[in-house]
Amino acid sequence: MRDVAIVAFAQSDQERRVQDRNEVELLTPVIADVKEQTGMETADFGFTCSGSTDYLAGQAFSFVLTLDSVGPWPPISESHVEMDGAWAMYEAWVKIQTGAIDTALVYAYGKSSPGDLRAVMSRQLDPYYLQPLWPDSVALAALQARAVLDSGAETERDWAEVAARNRRNAESNDHAQLRGSPDPDDLLDDDYVVAPLRRHACPPITDGAAAIVIAAEDKARELSDRPAWIRGLDHRIDAQSLGVRDLTVSSSAATAAGKARVGDRAVDFAELHAPFAHQEGIVRRAMGLGDDVSINPSGGAMAANAMMTAGLIRVGEAATRITNGDGDRAVAHATSGACLQQNLVCVLEGA
Amino acid sequence: MGAAGAPAAVVGIGQTKHMATRGDVSIAGLVREAAQRALEDAGMSWNDIDAVVVGKAPDFFEGVMMPELYLADSLGAVGKPLLRVHTAGSVGGSTAIVASSLVQAGIHERVLTVAFEKQSESEAMWALSLPIPFQPPLVAGAGGYFAPHIRAYMRRSNAPDHIGILVAVKDRLNALKNPYAHVHEPDTTFDSVKDSMMLWDPIRYNETCPSSDGACALVIGGEDTAAGIDNPAWIHGTAMRSEPTMFAGRDQVLPQAGRDCAADVYAQAGITDPRGQIDVVEMYVPFSWYEPMWLENLGFAGEGEGWKLTDEGVTEMTGDLPVNPSGGVLSTNPIGASGMLRFAEAAMQVRGTAGEHQIDGARTALGHAYGGGAQFYSMWVVGAEPPQH
Repeated sequence: MRDVAIVAFAQSDQERRVQDRNEVELLTPVIADVKEQTGMETADFGFTCSGSTDYLAGQAFSFVLTLDSVGPWPPISESHVEMDGAWAMYEAWVKIQTGAIDTALVYAYGKSSPGDLRAVMSRQLDPYYLQPLWPDSVALAALQARAVLDSGAETERDWAEVAARNRRNAESNDHAQLRGSPDPDDLLDDDYVVAPLRRHACPPITDGAAAIVIAAEDKARELSDRPAWIRGLDHRIDAQSLGVRDLTVSSSAATAAGKARVGDRAVDFAELHAPFAHQEGIVRRAMGLGDDVSINPSGGAMAANAMMTAGLIRVGEAATRITNGDGDRAVAHATSGACLQQNLVCVLEGA
Repeated sequence: MGAAGAPAAVVGIGQTKHMATRGDVSIAGLVREAAQRALEDAGMSWNDIDAVVVGKAPDFFEGVMMPELYLADSLGAVGKPLLRVHTAGSVGGSTAIVASSLVQAGIHERVLTVAFEKQSESEAMWALSLPIPFQPPLVAGAGGYFAPHIRAYMRRSNAPDHIGILVAVKDRLNALKNPYAHVHEPDTTFDSVKDSMMLWDPIRYNETCPSSDGACALVIGGEDTAAGIDNPAWIHGTAMRSEPTMFAGRDQVLPQAGRDCAADVYAQAGITDPRGQIDVVEMYVPFSWYEPMWLENLGFAGEGEGWKLTDEGVTEMTGDLPVNPSGGVLSTNPIGASGMLRFAEAAMQVRGTAGEHQIDGARTALGHAYGGGAQFYSMWVVGAEPPQH
């Protein structure tokens, strides 16, 4: 395997509703930022890969026009996944592993606000048996939360503490949408959105964009004084049907963490893409992260959850902290699908 | 030269019977039919597969957002890595390329890749007709977009009017030799195409791709896996290129991204004389006139000369550069799968498994796909011999 590192990361402010800029305008400053950090132009990247979904834009081929934010002329080697940008980074990392290229630009964006997000996300489900029922994304998460409560693994009080900690961590994150939190005791006075999930246990609806640059070996050392080296990277998927899964655990996250060798050495901090409060514990336990691991110093997906983007931001936030010397070994995680169906795990190290 | 990384080869190929409506299967049933056939062809079972890569065109075509999530278990991907590629019309080719790169990178040994479209689940015409405020109201489908570029080609090259008809007749008659092809019209003649309704001048109804339900699947294997079968199709080069949809001065007749993509894939495959070295081409021709246009873009003919190859019968199955012996996109168009079908048919030719539409002695083949406003390209060159490193 070639040594590959994250050498630059940028994100837009993560906002409840961006109406004054379209997707290209949202992305352009973010991509300009990583170009400036690396001193690279569009033509310098060996490969460009992005993640997004047409169902947020309400338009077929929506990614075609957002490619304009890169300025792909002369023509570039480029691809796109209909997945979170973390998987776009995976595709780019694979291409570097073939030896064909040494650098890649990866970006993602999601305007979650234009439609009824809970209804939109229900379009991910089995089109014959589930879609006609319009089961919304918060209701499905609530089923999972109920299963966690019933298992005795966690309590509603635990979730209030998770929510408060994440949003307090976000106070030091200028890009986060929700910063600061009342005390957990007060949060427990919230009404249920869908029982047993109260408002604070749910993620915000977020519009945002992010970009990352990855590079191999000497190129990475040239572009960054302290690159965040990708020492493990794997992703796995579970079946979609909730009826065939034990919702209180995440087999796919556990498998991916094992393949990415999370457990080989101590982890200083983790950025987990756990939009709902009860999901943080599920992911944590799946990866075997103990109480000594600092979780979501950025505030995580509970503080900003732009669809298709929040996973790539977890990787970028972890990489930035490694580069800044806040730790030597970190885990970044991305998820997709209802109730943590698909999971990606990335281990980052400073040396 | 050679493609980057470890050697990789196509070791299994499957496709569905393509039709206007595959009402007998669900979306899951459709993709599974192709995947099962690819596995059988490779002599493998689901458990032999390390990872799955899914490709399709816009999710609105079936009304399922990110359908690979729903398809995870029907494609045997549970517990495995599953990737979903979407690069517009070129996606079937791009998906095969991503699957190949997983093997070339040394990450996996056996990768299943599947591309599909079930157009009967919705109305592609609407999905392709983008609403205000995103775009000007071009409520005319893909043909309305491409017809002016064909007109520009005819003007620039002085091509006679009948060239498109020749392509349509050839591809529709070739399709009769391909049992999986959607359109089987044995009575197709020059006059029947010429007399068909004009849809988007100069594109007639019979010069247009159909709307199909269908899927295609490949198993890509590494050197050890390929050693276990008689006739792997070795991957000699892969390339993707993209350029913007719109800018002043963009040449939409002879797009630069297509030229660059071809130059890249030829360099990897050691091809310096495409016309002489490539035995058969499966190119993405959704409207008849794109055959001569791509012949030029791919370097098989000089600028303005592509139509002459078509006119002289060079691209017939009996010519020295057969193009689309499968019947091509003009006969079968499950959009997301159409690019992978081109890549698969190219591989079938060098494996000698193309049946009635086999080109005798095919050793090197080009698979080509394009998408968006003729701005996204994916290509591969496959050969009967392993690449020289």
